[in-house]
Amino acid sequence: MTETVRNSLLFGVIALLILFVGVQQSWNSALYIIAMGLVSSIMALGVNLQWGFAGLFNVGIMGFVALGGLAAVLIGMPPTEGAFAAGGVGVITALLLGAGTIILAIVIMRRMQGGWMRTLAVIAVLIAGFFIFRGILDPSVARIEDINPAQYGYLGGINPDGSKVGERADLFILLAWPLGGLFAAAAAWLIGKTALGLRSDYLAIATLGIAEIIIAVLKNEDWLTRGVKNVIGLPRPVPYEVTLQNDPSFVERATSLGFTPVEASTLWVKVLYILLFAAVLLILMWMSQRALHSPWGRMLRAIRDNEVAAEAMGKDVTARHLQVFILGSAVCGIAGAMMTTIDSQLTPGTYQPLRFTFLIWVMVIVGGSGNNLGAVLGGFLIWFLWVQVEPMGLWLMNTITAGMAEGSPLKEHLIESAAHMRLLTMGMVLLLVLRFSPRGLIPEK
Amino acid sequence: MDFLNAIIALANYVLIPGIAYGSQLALGALGVTLVYSILRFSNFAHGDTMAMGAMATVLMTWLFQSWGISLGPLPTALLALPFGILFAVGLVLFTDRTVYRFYRVKKAQPVILVIVSLGVTFIYNGVTRFIIGADDQSFFDGERFIISAREFKKATGLAEGLSFKTTQGITIVTAIVVVALLFWFLNKTRAGKSMRAYSDNEDLALLSGINPERVVMITWMIVATLATIAGVLYGLDKSFKPFTYFQLLLPIFASAIVGGLGNPLGAIAGGFVIAFSEVTITYAWKKVLVYLMPESLEPSGLVQLLSTDYKFAVSFVILLIVLLFKPTGLFKGQAV
Repeated sequence: MTETVRNSLLFGVIALLILFVGVQQSWNSALYIIAMGLVSSIMALGVNLQWGFAGLFNVGIMGFVALGGLAAVLIGMPPTEGAFAAGGVGVITALLLGAGTIILAIVIMRRMQGGWMRTLAVIAVLIAGFFIFRGILDPSVARIEDINPAQYGYLGGINPDGSKVGERADLFILLAWPLGGLFAAAAAWLIGKTALGLRSDYLAIATLGIAEIIIAVLKNEDWLTRGVKNVIGLPRPVPYEVTLQNDPSFVERATSLGFTPVEASTLWVKVLYILLFAAVLLILMWMSQRALHSPWGRMLRAIRDNEVAAEAMGKDVTARHLQVFILGSAVCGIAGAMMTTIDSQLTPGTYQPLRFTFLIWVMVIVGGSGNNLGAVLGGFLIWFLWVQVEPMGLWLMNTITAGMAEGSPLKEHLIESAAHMRLLTMGMVLLLVLRFSPRGLIPEK
Repeated sequence: MDFLNAIIALANYVLIPGIAYGSQLALGALGVTLVYSILRFSNFAHGDTMAMGAMATVLMTWLFQSWGISLGPLPTALLALPFGILFAVGLVLFTDRTVYRFYRVKKAQPVILVIVSLGVTFIYNGVTRFIIGADDQSFFDGERFIISAREFKKATGLAEGLSFKTTQGITIVTAIVVVALLFWFLNKTRAGKSMRAYSDNEDLALLSGINPERVVMITWMIVATLATIAGVLYGLDKSFKPFTYFQLLLPIFASAIVGGLGNPLGAIAGGFVIAFSEVTITYAWKKVLVYLMPESLEPSGLVQLLSTDYKFAVSFVILLIVLLFKPTGLFKGQAV
């Protein structure tokens, strides 16, 4: 069996699985699986860049994904009236001062000669800077959060047409996708600068930490993201169902194809999202493939396989690692912005490491680390499993408990805990693949 | 100016909680550091090992409670603890046999083992939620306070109350006993010495006839014991919720690295450094400062440096500082 046939077969199996969901459950869920499968594939591509190409172990994917979501809010939402005047300047000044403090501390660190004088100066700068930062930030934040807290209470975004949300498609939010990538890249630069070049485990722990902190910021800085009050009703790059249902020509076409207008409009919206996402995936896939087969990609793999030898050849290992770490994280940020766009809301409380970090890892490893096509395959397959394990688990539990007396506590407990089957299944899949097929479904060439 | 009240307030809100939390972190970090020095990888499943051991203890506690067995003023969980430990030991030995040993024999890269431990995390986490659910569980009983704030105020006539929870007392005493036993074991017994030898120089240890599988087995048993004790103490002191144990990974790893990965003494020191930094930076200092400053200078705000939601940020920043300036940690660890 040639490789092409084998790969087509694997993708064919996934297509069949999704078709099966469409026939058995609903076409709407089948299309949603495809859309989220595309997003997952993009995240997996990003992680594959870091792990498959360069052997970097990043467990902070959740944080980069969430930064993408933040970008979607900042781009997509309209500015809150009066918020910027109330505290915008103060917040920005405070943030600039905060950044300035850190830069000043670094400059002192580099310029002054070592010794207790330097330590003292750095600590003094940091402490003074922190109090000035808080002194300017706190009152501004309080003023922003006072503006109609039930509805706004945050700065909002920069979308000039954002007030027309719910009426028509707004392509402006597409700008959030590259911006999400930029945000993630900036965070990755910060982490990479400190933790790369040390033992591989340290990068893992540092990324685990930054992800938790990013989520903590999104949850608590209400002026930025409304925190756990969530930002809902983000504009959409595709038309609204209601608009479609009121469009006579759309209704006519839908009925001629045998759909009710409601059904047709929900499906059509999903199809449009899928087309947008597929376009992004194709572009990123093309870029990753080019990178893999370029001298740069070969150099990365050489570094991954033998760091010492690569260094002896004059390759700057840390700089290459930093580069690929930033690129991979940026891809995750883009995917995060896309995910927030299709959800039309940012809900910081729902970001969980098991869902957004480790699930992506399972995708990459199952698909085949080092192979871009493998990452895409893993993205679809594992996303499908993640969505479908719950109904399967419920079915399994119902079968197991069929013989038990109605209302017995064990039966109730078992059926209730079917929801937790997901983690168990994902863990088993990861361990089994690592043990028996460590190169994944589509191995690296 | 009222120094006495200020000191009491400080003890009540910073010192005692800090010591208790530090002890819990230290016990957790000891487990991480032992796995690192013997098995040579960062065990991400440690948090969920704690959750599993604590879960077994919670279940046993409930069983005892339903039988009407109790320890009087002490929580019944202490009686159930040995069973929890037994369960955790069995669990990690089983995991080692079925999962980790394969990679050890193959001499896989450490990072592969880290990924494998992630898979184990998934499974432990799933099993914990499967058995006990994802919600908060309370399993504390017995006397709530050793010293309650009200009694303290009545006895001393001070304005500030000092409360000392039973769980905090138990945490501190248990931590001291466990650490003393651990160091006695590592320094005085044959098995402990062979562990240290294996950690220092694997080849030399093998040459002198130390059985590596035995060392690994003993290590896992100690790690499971430490993890269960840490998990139960944390659960008694705060509350038992499967997800919080996963989140404890960050401060635990930060403690181990700050102290120097692979160094048991460092893990303890690191645990207290992290705990006290977290508590002092997220504590609202107004309560202490009002006693120390003249009335005219009284602070208007809460004088809280960071909101408590950012406690992860504290361990993270300390971790970064240590990684930047002293990657081997305060006490010399193995990692570079």
